[in-house]
Amino acid sequence: MAGARLDVLIPLIIYSIVVFLLGFYSLRFVSRAARRAGKGFLAEYLTGDRNMGGFVLAMTLVATYLSASSFIGGPGAAASYGLVWVFLAMSQMPTGYFTLSVLGKKFAIVARKINAVTVTDFLRERYESKFLIAIISVSLVFFLIASMTAQFVGAARLLEGAAGISYQVALTFFGLTVLLYTIIGGFRAVALTDTLQGLVMTAGMILLFGATIYAGGGVTRIIQELYAIDPGLISPLGTDPGTTSVAWVTSFWILVGFGVIALPQVATRAMSYRDSASMNSAIIYGTVVSMVLLLGMHLIGAFGRVLVGEVASGDLVVPVLTTHLFPNWLAGLVLAAPLAAAMSTVDSQLLVAVGAIVNDVYANLINRRIKRAAGFTLGCSIAIGAIVFLCAFNPPELLVWLNLHAIAGLIATFLWPVLLGLYWKRANTAGAFASIIAGAGSYLFLSSKLFQRWLGELAAASPQLLESAFFVNLQAGRTLGMHTVVAPVLISLAAFILFAYLTPRPSSAVIRKFWGV
Amino acid sequence: MRKEKLAEEDFIEDPRYKQCNKEALLGLGLGLLNLVWWFAWGYGLGLKPPEEYTYVLGLPMWFFMSCIAGALLFTVLAVVMVKKFFRHMPLGEIEAQDGAESGASGEVR
Repeated sequence: MAGARLDVLIPLIIYSIVVFLLGFYSLRFVSRAARRAGKGFLAEYLTGDRNMGGFVLAMTLVATYLSASSFIGGPGAAASYGLVWVFLAMSQMPTGYFTLSVLGKKFAIVARKINAVTVTDFLRERYESKFLIAIISVSLVFFLIASMTAQFVGAARLLEGAAGISYQVALTFFGLTVLLYTIIGGFRAVALTDTLQGLVMTAGMILLFGATIYAGGGVTRIIQELYAIDPGLISPLGTDPGTTSVAWVTSFWILVGFGVIALPQVATRAMSYRDSASMNSAIIYGTVVSMVLLLGMHLIGAFGRVLVGEVASGDLVVPVLTTHLFPNWLAGLVLAAPLAAAMSTVDSQLLVAVGAIVNDVYANLINRRIKRAAGFTLGCSIAIGAIVFLCAFNPPELLVWLNLHAIAGLIATFLWPVLLGLYWKRANTAGAFASIIAGAGSYLFLSSKLFQRWLGELAAASPQLLESAFFVNLQAGRTLGMHTVVAPVLISLAAFILFAYLTPRPSSAVIRKFWGV
Repeated sequence: MRKEKLAEEDFIEDPRYKQCNKEALLGLGLGLLNLVWWFAWGYGLGLKPPEEYTYVLGLPMWFFMSCIAGALLFTVLAVVMVKKFFRHMPLGEIEAQDGAESGASGEVR
């Protein structure tokens, strides 16, 4: 190809070869497990036989929830809004200790009691409703396909820009790499590559962080230059206080801080570690790594503003900085970091989607004695991978919309059924149903065009409404000034508790199974 | 009401859960404390006009306290939480008898 920069590409190709090797290493475990019947195979393919140690657990957890957006979109926003976006990103800081300690050893113990290999397994045993499982699994697959497609697109654009290859070639390179090692190696390959990817992300971040500060002439000088460009860049209100308002920024603690616990690709990790020592040490590693990565990457974006000025698209800040500050061969290494972030998110999501189809729908609802588990799972992974790959060439509008709402939608759906199911004996099927319908429903409604049109008509009828901050916020998709996800989370909690108390308590068989020895 | 309670308690609850619940509450508490620290320093000092800011290591004080000092402090607190209050326990099946013991001593390696 004409504009291809080989010196950028070669480190990336070496990197993908290493990732393949990890996939082939895991294939040995997977093919050994293929001889087991049904669930036995899925336990290896979807949870790596619950054998993760502390360091791997921490890295795969961090790498899964830090997606390409923490490496590209987030720093880009920090470049245009300033330090407030670093401040906002720090709401993700607790995720390292919060997820593991709150789902806790109890989730791991329960998963072993009921032999759960997916989060949906947990919900099925706890609430005993096939209908509930069917809805959850189908919507899960849609959301995950959308979200994976977005990661594919982001990664391919990044490669396209940095390595000077066409979008189609970049997409094929990225897609083949991530799909191949995930499909052949299952969860074990994902956890191992996530660990490598976490290390690559950290190394890339440190290099770029150092270079940015050095090129900017030190922190003091950078901050003073930012102040000179716009004092808002160093204030917690940002350059545009209407956007980054106090309530809105704070509500990210629910969206990306505490709520992450409900994402199935994150929660699966909390049932797949080896022993309590793994979890204890993972909390420590995970907190350190996520703190360093979040702080570092977003500061790079905020500081980078003085080096690259206002770039046309925020997503270009990190790639432009990298090529600006490093020789090509090193730029390839640094750019492996955001690619690793995208891969490590996609691989986990792919397995959750495969688990939803093979385990939650096929094995549990249609054919309880799944015979050729290995073959069926493989076919299913390839099919989902192919769908995502094809969609990424030209993402349909529906997928773009779904991805925009994937995280908030999953949180509004899963949060309370998982948490209350785990810790509240009174939590029952009706409550879970009410919570999911109220959570997902109110989220969809609040973010719908219908709601906006309705608000518009209301404002036209009585213009004085436009003077109330409450109303103006609603029009901006912010209930009480907060992110759209907050109200549905509260509504679904209220619906859960109300309906749980209105209906009989769960059967004593369920309580015994979950709480008994 | 009382009858329901009895019906619920006529089985032995997994003795590990007491410690599990304690750990979950600690994690939740640490998260909320982190939010309070972040919010209080960030908006407590940051809402002044930027010309009145004081600086530490080149960074505005609000940012330094909220994000840098906060990140370090809560990492240390997470380590303390795990080392001091989290216990080792078996995660697989346990016998009722074993469980009662591990719940009581908390330390099973």
